[in-house]
Amino acid sequence: MSNRNFAIVAFAVAIAFAAASQLVPNEYFFTAAYVVLQFVILATAWNILGGYTGYVNFGSAAFFAIGAYSTVMLYNAFKAPLLVMIVAGTLVAGLLGLGLGYLTLRLRGVFFAIASLALAVVLYTFVVNWDYVGGARGAYVLQPREVPFGLPRYIHLLYIVLVLEAAVALVVARTIEKSTIGRGLAAIRDDELAAECSGVPTLRLKIFSATVSGALMGMAGTTFPFYLSYIEPSSAFGLSYAVNSIAMPLIGGMMSWIGPLIGAVLLGTVQQLVQVTISSAWNLLIVGVLLVLFVTLAPNGIMGWVEAWRKRRSRR
Amino acid sequence: MEASTALVVNAIIAGLLLGGFYAAVSLGISISFGMLDVVNIAHPAFIILGSYVAYIVNDRLGFDPILVSVVLSPLFFALGMALYRIYYLCFEKRGQESLRGLAFFFGILFITEVTLVLIFGVDYRLVTTAYSEVTWRAGDIDLPMRLFVPFLVSIAMVVALQLFLTHTFFGRAVLAVAQDQLALRLMGVNPVRVKERAFALSIATAGVAGAFLIVIQPVQPSIGREYIGLVFAVCVLGGMGSIWGTLIGALVLGIAESFTSTFFGPSWAPAVSFGLLLATLAFRPSGILGR
Amino acid sequence: MSAAILEVSGVVKRFGGFTALDGVDFAVTAGERVGLIGPNGSGKSTLVNCIAGTLRNEEGRIRFEGRDIHSYPAHRRIRLGLARSFQIPKPFASMSVLENLCVPLLYATKGGEGRRVADEAHGILRQVGLHEKAHAMSGGLTQVDMRKLELARAMAAKPKLLISDEAMAGLSTSEVDDILELLMGLKAQGVAVIMIEHVMRAVMKFSERIAVLVAGRKIADGDPQAVVGTPEVVKAYLGE
Repeated sequence: MSNRNFAIVAFAVAIAFAAASQLVPNEYFFTAAYVVLQFVILATAWNILGGYTGYVNFGSAAFFAIGAYSTVMLYNAFKAPLLVMIVAGTLVAGLLGLGLGYLTLRLRGVFFAIASLALAVVLYTFVVNWDYVGGARGAYVLQPREVPFGLPRYIHLLYIVLVLEAAVALVVARTIEKSTIGRGLAAIRDDELAAECSGVPTLRLKIFSATVSGALMGMAGTTFPFYLSYIEPSSAFGLSYAVNSIAMPLIGGMMSWIGPLIGAVLLGTVQQLVQVTISSAWNLLIVGVLLVLFVTLAPNGIMGWVEAWRKRRSRR
Repeated sequence: MEASTALVVNAIIAGLLLGGFYAAVSLGISISFGMLDVVNIAHPAFIILGSYVAYIVNDRLGFDPILVSVVLSPLFFALGMALYRIYYLCFEKRGQESLRGLAFFFGILFITEVTLVLIFGVDYRLVTTAYSEVTWRAGDIDLPMRLFVPFLVSIAMVVALQLFLTHTFFGRAVLAVAQDQLALRLMGVNPVRVKERAFALSIATAGVAGAFLIVIQPVQPSIGREYIGLVFAVCVLGGMGSIWGTLIGALVLGIAESFTSTFFGPSWAPAVSFGLLLATLAFRPSGILGR
Repeated sequence: MSAAILEVSGVVKRFGGFTALDGVDFAVTAGERVGLIGPNGSGKSTLVNCIAGTLRNEEGRIRFEGRDIHSYPAHRRIRLGLARSFQIPKPFASMSVLENLCVPLLYATKGGEGRRVADEAHGILRQVGLHEKAHAMSGGLTQVDMRKLELARAMAAKPKLLISDEAMAGLSTSEVDDILELLMGLKAQGVAVIMIEHVMRAVMKFSERIAVLVAGRKIADGDPQAVVGTPEVVKAYLGE
């Protein structure tokens, strides 16, 4: 399927989801779906640098939070329209990815991973100490009273925005995956030195990958302050983002755009159920255990099983 | 002594004492990452585990946490051996250590933290020792025992480890395995066995360092993550795999943090280690005593 | 007299206190077949890495087609036509044999609009004898096939100079002949080849000229028969 056709299908599906949601009677659906969609975007974004290029980013929370906090800043400064805040947050997060990449991607992958972790803590410390965005106490970002497009509640709008953002993320990921750049990234992942000696401009591609990945993760965070009308650092920089953006692509399958989608939908839904029925600490424990189990026993994830099953079938 | 000079001197002293502790905390990474090239992001998890073990024994039986941790270090050693076994079988043998090995250790770190939260909750825990409240004073200079005792034991650990690595057969095997595994094999030594035990040693040091931690400050499960940047910063600053380098790097970091805390406020302290790490990685990845 | 396409002058490479290359001068003319031999640890691979750009030499100059390439990263050097294979094969394990070739075809060569990269890749696979295995996963190949893939990847860059780094190590006699035939055939395409090998039979058959590297220094450079008979070279190989 060509890129253009996939984009058309993706957006058609998104619009269908958006429209169908208006038939859902249960309001809880929107709050839960919002979180799952957030993870779809985060997992897809993470996988561009992680699965496609082979560089592990432990600091997803930093990119997510910077998207969220740029919204807070624009809200406090101008009460900017939502679209402006989304675009701005995405760009800022992209710049962060560019900066981190430029500084650390010349080194081995493990240093990038550690630096990404460091980045999350440094940024967290900055935000906690900065009163303009609320510091440790947090900031209030009130949902507008008038809900656009005649929707019943603001959370419906947020849901629709996320469905569209998810479509964007999937289209971007797939386009990169199937392109020449995608092949270059795969070569870097498989053997960076051999890739460099095959003519792949490894540093340039890695920085590109980090920038796009960071931008999309920031995009996921831009509407978050509106979700609860309130934001504070420990939730914006929450542990759940860091572990889920790694676990979901790993469990779903890191080689293509489908894996993170599957991982996010499955794991995200499970977590919503566990959170509601048991507790959020148990929820995180389950994710951690699944991560370790999959990475040791089924490193190619669910899509890996599907591929292996397909290969066995074609051999018969 | 003038007030501001006293402030500076105390900041330096506190920094040195803290630095000694940081060296103990980072010794394990110096071994596992600096020498064995295993990116054990979960190292701080074992430090925190050590803290909680010391806490439990101290709470129930009143024994000194540092003594307890040294006595119980074989447990951590065994834990380290088991962990390396899994890591080796699943990742190193298959050449997957970069991406999946990292994810694995991150998972371990995560599981440890969340399990501790489930068992102990998020409240801070602390221990009481004979010297927790004691502070030696010389004029305006303060020497808190809760920092000084761990400092002394840390330095002892650093020296002991350096001697062990350079003067025992096994220690030299560890140094050798970092440089040339094939040569080691040709000499009849199984490098995997050596690495396994060296890694176990690194986890054992983490357990002991955990006791230092809970003597110095109250502990709760999420503190582990704050130490990831710190231990890797010390290791990189110190030039990867050099024990003396680790000590120097740790002292530098301790003093930098102490000054930041004194003059800018303690909430900025976490940013110091990570910021230093980022800066070192960006500008001088071979560290202070660079290879 | 053809011009030199590769000129290495006074190259020094140190690793901490150890000097791996101690002022090496070396040149290759267009289409030439040069053998580079020397005991283990003499610096052959280090020299290859400095020429290819995966290591930076501390002193000395490397010119390719008259251009000083010192500041060029490895990916730029291969685009100029300077290709190398790796001693231990480094296939892109998640890709098939064909897809492996597509990477250098896409990145190291300039194609026209709508060029059929897959067709070009098939052509090269035919040349090296891997055509049947085009869709096999590159991670599961036999040793000799992996070496062929290494060379095929280097050839895919349409190089003017190809450095073959111990492609024959550990292969059987007939496999060595396979690789030898492959490398000999490159001359017809105008490709200069530097062959680094320990299999002397192949080196003698292949080389128009032999250079000998010992302990980071070039101790001989010239006609194969003459070089192999020099006392210093014989001494260097005593015990091998």
